[in-house]
Amino acid sequence: MFKMEKNTPIKPVETQQKQLYHIKVNINGVDYEHDVEARLLLVHYIRDVVGLTGTHIGCDTSNCGACTVIFNGKSVKSCTMFAVQANGAKILTIEGLSKNGELHPIQRAFWENHALQCGYCTPGFIMQAYWLLKENPNPKEEEIRKGISGNLCRCTGYQNIVKAIMQAAKELRSK
Amino acid sequence: MAVTAIFGARVKRKEDPRLITGKGTYVADITPLGCLYVAFLRSPHAHARIKSINASKALSMKGVIAVYVGQDIKGKLNPVPTGWPIATDPPIKIPKYYPLPLDKVRFQGEPVAAVVAENYYIARDALDAIEVEYEPLPTVVNQEEAVKESAPLLYDDIPNNTSFVWELKGGDVDSAFKEADLIIEKRMVNHRLQPTPMESRAVVAQYNSATNELTMWITTQAPHIHRLLISGILNMPENKIRVIAPDVGGGFGSKIPTYGVDALVAFIAKELKRPVKFVEDRRENYLATAHGRDHIQYVQLAAKKDGRILGLKVTSYANLGAYLSTAAPGVPTYLFGLMLSGAYKIKAVNCKVYGVLTNTAPVDAYRGAGRPEATYLVERMVDILAQRLKMDPAELRKINFIKHDEFPYVVCTGIQYDSGNYERTLEKALQLVEYKKMRGEQAKARAEGKLIGIGISSYVEICGLGPSRAVRGTGFSLGLYESATVRVHPSGKVTVYTGTSPHGQGEETAFAQIVAEEFGISIDDVEVVHGDTAMIPWGMGTYGSRTVPVGGGAIAIAAKKIIEKAKKIAANMLEVKEEDLAFEKGRFYVKGAPSRGVSFQEVALASYQGEQLPAGMEPGLEATTFYDPENFTFPFGTHVCVVEIDKDTGQINILKYVAVDDCGRQINPMIVEGQVHGGIAQGLAQAIWEEAVYDNSGNLITATLQDYAMPTAMEIPSFITDSTVTPSPHNPLGVKGVGETGTIASTPALVNAVVDALSHMGIDHIDIPLKPERIWKLLKNR
Ligand code: FES
Ligand code: FES
Repeated sequence: MFKMEKNTPIKPVETQQKQLYHIKVNINGVDYEHDVEARLLLVHYIRDVVGLTGTHIGCDTSNCGACTVIFNGKSVKSCTMFAVQANGAKILTIEGLSKNGELHPIQRAFWENHALQCGYCTPGFIMQAYWLLKENPNPKEEEIRKGISGNLCRCTGYQNIVKAIMQAAKELRSK
Repeated sequence: MAVTAIFGARVKRKEDPRLITGKGTYVADITPLGCLYVAFLRSPHAHARIKSINASKALSMKGVIAVYVGQDIKGKLNPVPTGWPIATDPPIKIPKYYPLPLDKVRFQGEPVAAVVAENYYIARDALDAIEVEYEPLPTVVNQEEAVKESAPLLYDDIPNNTSFVWELKGGDVDSAFKEADLIIEKRMVNHRLQPTPMESRAVVAQYNSATNELTMWITTQAPHIHRLLISGILNMPENKIRVIAPDVGGGFGSKIPTYGVDALVAFIAKELKRPVKFVEDRRENYLATAHGRDHIQYVQLAAKKDGRILGLKVTSYANLGAYLSTAAPGVPTYLFGLMLSGAYKIKAVNCKVYGVLTNTAPVDAYRGAGRPEATYLVERMVDILAQRLKMDPAELRKINFIKHDEFPYVVCTGIQYDSGNYERTLEKALQLVEYKKMRGEQAKARAEGKLIGIGISSYVEICGLGPSRAVRGTGFSLGLYESATVRVHPSGKVTVYTGTSPHGQGEETAFAQIVAEEFGISIDDVEVVHGDTAMIPWGMGTYGSRTVPVGGGAIAIAAKKIIEKAKKIAANMLEVKEEDLAFEKGRFYVKGAPSRGVSFQEVALASYQGEQLPAGMEPGLEATTFYDPENFTFPFGTHVCVVEIDKDTGQINILKYVAVDDCGRQINPMIVEGQVHGGIAQGLAQAIWEEAVYDNSGNLITATLQDYAMPTAMEIPSFITDSTVTPSPHNPLGVKGVGETGTIASTPALVNAVVDALSHMGIDHIDIPLKPERIWKLLKNR
């Protein structure tokens, strides 16, 4: 589903260790610059280098969606990309969703509909819902279920997640 | 306790604001400065002797700090103890479970070496550079195979790989079987599952060599128990260890056990004097974190022609894996056998359980833990009996139910059910599903060649673990009371410290509701602290749906103690007698003169100022309770599932799912529903999709989320949920617990529906999981 929009050329940096690459990434409106190994996963970059630990890791086979972020406007499982691929990209993570201390309607809907229990899957679901509702502002239940089928939740049985996304869709449409 | 707005209200959860904004703190989010990373080299073999390990290449790699193997910990770390060494004759045989094996590996994925490095990537690189010479040994993964004379032995001193044989004799089973008009025999497999909390296990350890203090952040459901066991493994004083369970991303039982690697990580932090972190990846979680279920059961049911069930004989082979995990022996025995008479008046139950060691990952509690295995067996047998007698399964249940006016009721296995109205949940569920109409539609559909089935499951489970006298009698190493400290601050704000360790169940909210209700204050004025051994006196943790009945009970009692003291202070402040005071909506006032009063907050302040206290009273306003319940609680309910089976593909389509549960009084019905939803999904997952599969050589072939078929939102339907309220007399709140009900009820409901759809073809049982392929094959052969 994801295709790189533009390939910003990357310059290698000389070090005694592994070869590092200099990348610039905008996350939640903030510009970051780091030297990273080519093999560093984007999710590890976001969590361990930038320090935004709201994006989670739940698997090693790109099945769970806990790591979902918005990458140049599209939903991406950040465990399936390398940090170097994010050079020049604009990324939105769960931490960037609420503005001025006000929850995004999707976040609020998750809260109001008890769409989370342990909360581990939640950032991934919320980011996926964010993308889903951008693509399809008026989804039917079936479309929501399909749209979140790349995300796994062990706690909720999904029912309240679907309900929350329905509510958020309605609210976002009326904006 | 008066029911007003807060107790029983659908209050939004207090824990959510942090979790929906990415501000939660899970163990993997914690990285102390200077932290090192551990990666484990894991055995590719299920059974092999370790001949040699050569780590010199790994050690020479840049960024690698150390490598530890079994020989490095020999004499320094004690084996991981079993927390529930059940009482059997002959005594249970407990194999030595070292954090790293000294000589042999006994399941695929068992760690053989730990690499410590500057970062995670280097640690993983170094794993490839370690050379291990193994001598592969014959392997046994199936419990029925493992008990045979010819089977390879995991331990030379444990014959037949049998750790224990446990027996339960309730009532006179021989006479029950003599009286019977018919006896039904079945073999049932309750297969192995991988618990799959979305957060895998993780541990961070930090050691201060000057103070000899160890701090550990662990993904645990029971921090105090972990501290105690880890102190034993490390030979380190318990009061020098602090275990913190921050936000924990689900557990479902798999985060109850203490794992050898957790103690090992602490050991490494001590040795290297640097913080150390280990985070499982999903594959490691699947290979080495405890699995659940895995019984092979032989069942005989004795009944009368009129439908009355007289007796049950059960022999179960429980696969325990290669080592005895913390609670492993108690799960397939007590938690299973004691509940075998289900919701019914059955005169006699005999149960014999073989606890078998195999070359597989350890098996421990998984959501429901023993009770789903019992309920599935009973609810399936009831349906088979109905089919034999050509009776309606709902009617047959009614005939055998313990009636609502017969509680408290002592079942033949010796436990006393607290309260119940099984008829009512059944009736309500049948109404919601429109049972009569559905039966009509089923007949019509059948005439058209369509396969529609209706499945009922009426369960009762044992929760609120539990009275210490009773659990100690089963061999459990500690009592199962719970502690609570309720502290009212001078400003009247309240902090509650609970010994339970919720990890998604929402007790930061539910417990605040209990206290807010008692004190007549806003729940915003109550904070709940859990999961930190430095803050909480002692705690047994969260599992077995015990958190609210036992932990909540403790809080309610502590809160009452505070009100008692506050009332005395208020009386002194108002210069009236205590009995002349009333307390309502957070205010003490003089009966008959309501304008004369003091608020809860004013009393709180006075309690810290001191001069207005009655003579001899200590200042301060807080109470600590250790609450040991007198008995267990027994939630119950009925679930009904309607399915249609696609003849061409064997695919099961769930048309309707109705759940009517009774968990006693509900503090927050929204949270109750959430627990039921998630529980049902997990039970359906076992019924249809999920299965942990080992091949004969002991390779776990479902070791990724690609292969382990955890359902998504596409597979799980919406549920219709409802409830009845039958308070439990066994705790101060009248609650029963709801964490496991859905999982317990839904597996048999689904399977009963599928078998019902196929019953006219002479099918009376199909082993789970009911994958399309299995059903398709069955249909093809008819
Ligand atoms: S961690 Fe990215 S999909 Fe699971
Ligand atoms: S809320 Fe726990 S995994 Fe979804």
